[in-house]
Amino acid sequence: MAHDRLAQALVDAVGEISGERDALVAVSNVGCGRDTLADAIRDAVAGRPAVVFVDLPSGSCLQATAAYVRSRPDIAVVAGVNLAMLLDFLYHRDGTPAQAAARALQTGGRSIRLWPS
Amino acid sequence: MSIALVRLDDRLVHGQVVVGWGRAIGADRIVLVDDAIAVSDWEKDLYRTGVPPGMEIEFASIADAANGGLRRWESDRARTMVLVGNVEALVRLCDAGGEVIRRVNLGGVHGGAERTRRLPYVFLSDAELDALRGIAAAGVVVEAQDVPTATAVPLADLA
Repeated sequence: MAHDRLAQALVDAVGEISGERDALVAVSNVGCGRDTLADAIRDAVAGRPAVVFVDLPSGSCLQATAAYVRSRPDIAVVAGVNLAMLLDFLYHRDGTPAQAAARALQTGGRSIRLWPS
Repeated sequence: MSIALVRLDDRLVHGQVVVGWGRAIGADRIVLVDDAIAVSDWEKDLYRTGVPPGMEIEFASIADAANGGLRRWESDRARTMVLVGNVEALVRLCDAGGEVIRRVNLGGVHGGAERTRRLPYVFLSDAELDALRGIAAAGVVVEAQDVPTATAVPLADLA
C-alpha cells in the first residue's frame, strides 16, 4: 500500500529479481479517500491472513491500514517498506503474519547502510 | 491572522497536508475538526503519528470550533491549518465561523456515491456543489488546489 505507483513498482521489481509474481498485491492510494482506501485494502487482503507493507510511517496509507486492521488480528502492518524486506519476506512466510512482520522490520532496517561505511 | 488555511481533505492528516501545505504556510499547528475523531482516542493517536516534530495537532468537534475555537485559533500566534474531512463539515464550520473564515481550500474529495469528477482530486455530488455555492454566496472564497505549487481553481470552474 503506497502513494501513486510506488507499490506496483516495488511488486514489479520483486518479480523481476525473484521470478515470484503472485505473492504480493499492489495497492495505490491514487483517487482514494479514507473509505475507498480501506475498501482497497480489504479487497487486496481478501479475507486471508496477511502482512500489509506501507510506504510511510504516517499519513493516509498507514492511517487507512491501521483503521482496517483493528478488526483483523490476523493482519500485521509494517510501515517504511523497502525492496530488501520484500525480497526477504517472499521466502519467510511460513510463520504468523506477526512473525513475518517482525522479521521484515529487522531485514529492512539492516538493509539501509552508508557506503563507504 | 493565525488561521493560515482552512482545508477540506478526506485523507485528513497526510503528506500533501503536512509536507506540502504545512511547509508552504509555515504551519505550527493543525486543528482537525471532526465530530467522530474528537471523541475517539485511538483515532487521535493514529493522526498524531502523521504530524512531524515541531508541529502540534489539536482535535475539535464542530461545536468546539463554533464555541470559541475558531476565534482562539485566529487570535493565537501559532499559524494554524484547520482541516475537515467532508463537505458537510466544511459548510457547518463556515456557518459557525462568522467572519473568521474568509477562504477555504478544496484539497481532496474523492469518489463516492452520486459524485461526479470535477478535478482529478475533487469529486462532488450536485448537492455538495450547491452547498459549497452556498458558502461562497455568503462571502467565503472557495478554491480547489491540491498542492501549493498548483494553480487554484475557483469554485465557478468546478461545475
